[in-house]
Amino acid sequence: MQTIAVIDYGMGNLRSVTKALEHVVDKNQKVILTSSQKEVAAADKVVFPGQGAARDCMLAIDEYELRETILDAARNKPFLGICMGMQVLVHSSEENGGTACLGLYPGQVKYFGGQLKDAKGERLKVPHMGWNQVTQTRPHPLWSKIDNNSRFYFVHSYYLETESPDLEVGHCVYGKSFTCALAQDNVFAMQCHPEKSADAGLQLLTNFVQWDGSL
Amino acid sequence: MGLAKRIIPCLDVDNGRVVKGVKFVEIRDAGDPVENARRYNLEGADEITFLDITASSDNRDTIVHMVEAVASEVFIPLTVGGGIREIADVRRMLNAGADKVGINTAAVFNPEFVKQAADRFGSQCIVVAVDAKKVSQSGEENRWEIFTHGGRKGTGIDALEWVARMDQYGAGEILLTSMDRDGTKQGFDNELNRLVSETVKIPVIASGGVGTLEHMADGVLIGKADAVLAASIFHFGEYRISEVKRYMKSRGIEVRD
Repeated sequence: MQTIAVIDYGMGNLRSVTKALEHVVDKNQKVILTSSQKEVAAADKVVFPGQGAARDCMLAIDEYELRETILDAARNKPFLGICMGMQVLVHSSEENGGTACLGLYPGQVKYFGGQLKDAKGERLKVPHMGWNQVTQTRPHPLWSKIDNNSRFYFVHSYYLETESPDLEVGHCVYGKSFTCALAQDNVFAMQCHPEKSADAGLQLLTNFVQWDGSL
Repeated sequence: MGLAKRIIPCLDVDNGRVVKGVKFVEIRDAGDPVENARRYNLEGADEITFLDITASSDNRDTIVHMVEAVASEVFIPLTVGGGIREIADVRRMLNAGADKVGINTAAVFNPEFVKQAADRFGSQCIVVAVDAKKVSQSGEENRWEIFTHGGRKGTGIDALEWVARMDQYGAGEILLTSMDRDGTKQGFDNELNRLVSETVKIPVIASGGVGTLEHMADGVLIGKADAVLAASIFHFGEYRISEVKRYMKSRGIEVRD
């Protein structure tokens, strides 16, 4: 029996993530929602979701004493970061007057800004909320059977700017082009919510639960 | 290419059944919520909103079980409003599988509640629902006031001032219902929609009055709404969501296929 651990550190709508995973796993896999270092360490695959503010997320990670557990999982097994679970993987975020993050990858999380406009000059709302197109910038096992430029559900006010272009596997345009999916080795992380993205999202989660972490 | 405008079917739920009133009063039965949600998801709804209009607090649990059932089968954003009065209510709905909660009356009586809920759970899951009614007389400058208790009680609060404040307090989205238009099928109050949309930095969902495909498109093109919400035209099978999307696309609006 394979175990997929969804890390519970009190941030965000974890119920949605576990329900969607339960919908796509095969009969030899089970999904657990856990705050336990031991359970995450023992799991075969790890999902790291997150919602809310960067500082609260980082505080919660330390409060639950999960920092090393998360970093360890990201170095060793198939690992899926979602939304804030992607943003906190990089060095730092502008949010809350500057927040140091997990620092696994070079990069900065920045605010969309109040003066965001589309190509026609129309003012854009923040948060970026709704279905936007994800352009696959390079092939990856998690993009399998998902059309390029498929729409996924987004909700965020801050976006990722990677310093290493090699990290990017997907981008999105909202006033500006930003990295909405990154991947390296056994890690895949995305800004949008596959658990709320209907067929494309369920396909991505299916690809993840079937992924062995290799490229 | 960019963000799509959202089409949101709304299910008013009373004791576990979907119903739709005209001007908040006359109630018609429209079916089983889980079945409705499943069908809308298949037709391409971008989100689903449930408004719990159950009068008795004894029956509050019916909506929790319903949300749990829907969230196990439908993987698009779900919003639940109605009877959200304290932090525990927000948590209960999110735990049942809702992605966002709609706060209406409780925000008016205790605006700090919106701040607390946004701080605790993040702005992304806090929708402030606003019921607005035009109160200016003809000849006067247009003015809208917000109403509570399902549109029965006036508050004296100016609608534009209110949405600006809710934006500041951390609301992630405004669900704006025109009480003058709700259930009338005469189209949105697009002047209200446009003014609210220009006042806030967060997305606005237009609601109240949709009767035709043109109305849906006008909400975006004239009312500057980021999403359009309708109930009866979907429940009674007058239009399918796919038809609305095809039409909106023909008017140059970006939608999710």
